[in-house]
Amino acid sequence: MNGMGKVAPIFSGGWRRGPTAQYHITMGIGKDGGDPEHGAEAGRAAIRFRLDPASGVPPYLQVVQQVQQALRLGYLRQGDQLPRVKDVVAELAINPNTVLKAYKELEHLGIASGHPGLGTFVDGTPGTVGLPELDRLRQQLVAWLRSAQAAGLDEQTTNALFAAATREFYARPSAPPSRRRGRGGVVA
Amino acid sequence: MNIIEASGLGRRYRRVWALRDCTLAIPAGHVVALVGPSGSGKTTLLELAVGLRVPSAGRLSVLGGVAPGSIPALSRVAFVAQDAPLYRQLSVADTLRLAGHLNDRWDHQWARQRVAELAVPFSAKLGALSSGTQAQLALTVALGRRPELLILDEPLARLDPLARHEFLAAVLEAVATDGLSVVFSSHLLAELDRVADYLVVLSEGHVQVAGEIDSLVAGHRMLVGRTDHVDLLPAGLSIVSAQRADQQTRLLARCGDDPRPAAAAGFRAEPVGVEELVLAYLRQPDATALPGPSGTTGSREVPA
Repeated sequence: MNGMGKVAPIFSGGWRRGPTAQYHITMGIGKDGGDPEHGAEAGRAAIRFRLDPASGVPPYLQVVQQVQQALRLGYLRQGDQLPRVKDVVAELAINPNTVLKAYKELEHLGIASGHPGLGTFVDGTPGTVGLPELDRLRQQLVAWLRSAQAAGLDEQTTNALFAAATREFYARPSAPPSRRRGRGGVVA
Repeated sequence: MNIIEASGLGRRYRRVWALRDCTLAIPAGHVVALVGPSGSGKTTLLELAVGLRVPSAGRLSVLGGVAPGSIPALSRVAFVAQDAPLYRQLSVADTLRLAGHLNDRWDHQWARQRVAELAVPFSAKLGALSSGTQAQLALTVALGRRPELLILDEPLARLDPLARHEFLAAVLEAVATDGLSVVFSSHLLAELDRVADYLVVLSEGHVQVAGEIDSLVAGHRMLVGRTDHVDLLPAGLSIVSAQRADQQTRLLARCGDDPRPAAAAGFRAEPVGVEELVLAYLRQPDATALPGPSGTTGSREVPA
């Protein structure tokens, strides 16, 4: 049960568990714990997704990003099973193809792999940036913010400038590989 | 296989065409949202697909060439009409029994189990239940028939937000489990892309937009730039709608995957949402986005 204290509101359940323990966890996915036909199998999931309709981020990408974030924060580890498509669909009232597309994208990114009949499992955690590196980047950003302030920019203008530059940077065809690679893997 | 295929389809009520020259080819496996203003022909199109009405012009088939309303179509297509019509005096148990007697295909065990999950007493009279529960029961009767195509006319109109969510969750769970195709009409544009993956926009009896939502969204951009630079935009760009101010102009453009030509004129290309896209088309009934070569219509002229 370590790590429970760090559970972010969007993820319910941060249980670390061995392969034998996971079948005993009955965590509600959906209001009734899932499909009664599958009994104890249903509803065991390491994380749950939420969709923010106001974010402007396409639903499939929100799922992808939440898996990536859960990996970074340690709620998901190698070998963990992602929530079953049917359970995500029933909880979020989301199109199944959207979930499939998100899981396909995670496969393209090398983060997860699908096993027909079993589910989709976390493969590895590529792209994790170490804490010292994050710290260094943060310091650079703070230094930049200081010069923005010195130039007379207020918080809102700074935010707008940053958002515009970020959007432009990642919209370029030559943007770094992380997000671009899996674009072709659309599930029809 | 196309679950709905129409060519030149039209339906006239006396002298008024409710639907005209409608050509569609919707592939199986989609959740199709049919949107458009009141009186745009949504219900007419759905009733034609079910076989409740016959076309005045053109052709229509369902499930890969089956005639709507024919015996094979009736057993494979389920329909829930507006306001989820049920026999209000019947109990829940009797409603399920009746559905069993009236249909060749009927999964009684599944239907009973679903009613139990909804925590509705089998002895309750339908007229005494909330509209959300009535909608769920109408859906149970439709899904208990194990259809390949489920057609829903305005299923969400009378439901509160929670009932709406639960109704959609039940529909989509059936899609995930059984792989059925769904066509539903709706006035609700918000969060459309969460539920549907194929969009048909009807306007004044015509099909204005048809296609997979992902490719529709990917094929449109909001171009934002200086009003006096509009003339620098390349010819051949199809503009769906325009929002002009003295200094800044926003153009919703159908520009394929390549927004670079617009960037040359100093316009920034921003992604658009489904709701924005649908509204832009509805405001310009002459603009269309349809698959195939006929879909490239759209004028170079910027609408005022």
